[in-house]
Amino acid sequence: MKFAILVNEGPYTHQAADTAYQFAKAAIAKGHEIYRIFFYHSGVNNGTRFTSPPQDDRDLVQNWSRLAEEHGTDLVICVAAAQRRGIIDKDEAERHGKDCDNLAPGFRISGLGQLIEAGIQADRMMVFGD
Amino acid sequence: MSEEMYEDDEYDGVIKKFMYVNRKAPYGTIYALESLEVVLIGAAFDQDISLAFVDDGVYQLKKGQDTKATEIKNFSPTYRALEMYDVEKLYVSKDSMDERGLSVDDLVVPVEVLSSEQMADLMEEQDVIFSF
Repeated sequence: MKFAILVNEGPYTHQAADTAYQFAKAAIAKGHEIYRIFFYHSGVNNGTRFTSPPQDDRDLVQNWSRLAEEHGTDLVICVAAAQRRGIIDKDEAERHGKDCDNLAPGFRISGLGQLIEAGIQADRMMVFGD
Repeated sequence: MSEEMYEDDEYDGVIKKFMYVNRKAPYGTIYALESLEVVLIGAAFDQDISLAFVDDGVYQLKKGQDTKATEIKNFSPTYRALEMYDVEKLYVSKDSMDERGLSVDDLVVPVEVLSSEQMADLMEEQDVIFSF
């Protein structure tokens, strides 16, 4: 089955982000396809490489990046939600005159159209949120 | 902005049933506002869209919202503009309305009132459900 996933909550704040990650990993292991994972609301915080969790805790942002690296999973951060919350890639940082960017490897920033398109293309949309 | 990136004919005429389930009060969290942003972008894709308002989500449509003192934008007029985006199927939960002492006269837009059972049936028909 071809899944699309929507993540609506940030890491270390809400179980939704962890569960979405575990679901994606399990689905891939079972041979399913993940068409796209879209991060919205505070879910955009899953895409900052500035998180530094304690060493004895899981590193969720790194886990996402590894998922993208190993399986080519498309990780998309909503641009409007990201701008509100300070998640920014190199181009956006330059455009807004910020002194650095913080987007984690494997993520890209794009518009909400990517969420709708994923809903159209995938067999099933899974929403993880509050 | 982003809706211009997509052409109507890009999906070979695939039309899916999209439902947005709005469960939260309009203010206090950003879910309602950001849900509305998805609806407006999604409208450009010519899909079969409906909006459901349940639980505190029914308050999103309440008339007479005044947010001045909170410095947060009152976005309730946007619901009245949905018609221009061809988003015309708005459903509210009767139970949620009753529990909060609301009637359709309290709402800023015309809606269809559904029992929980009817709402469940409608959800069953959908291809994609976004829950906010």
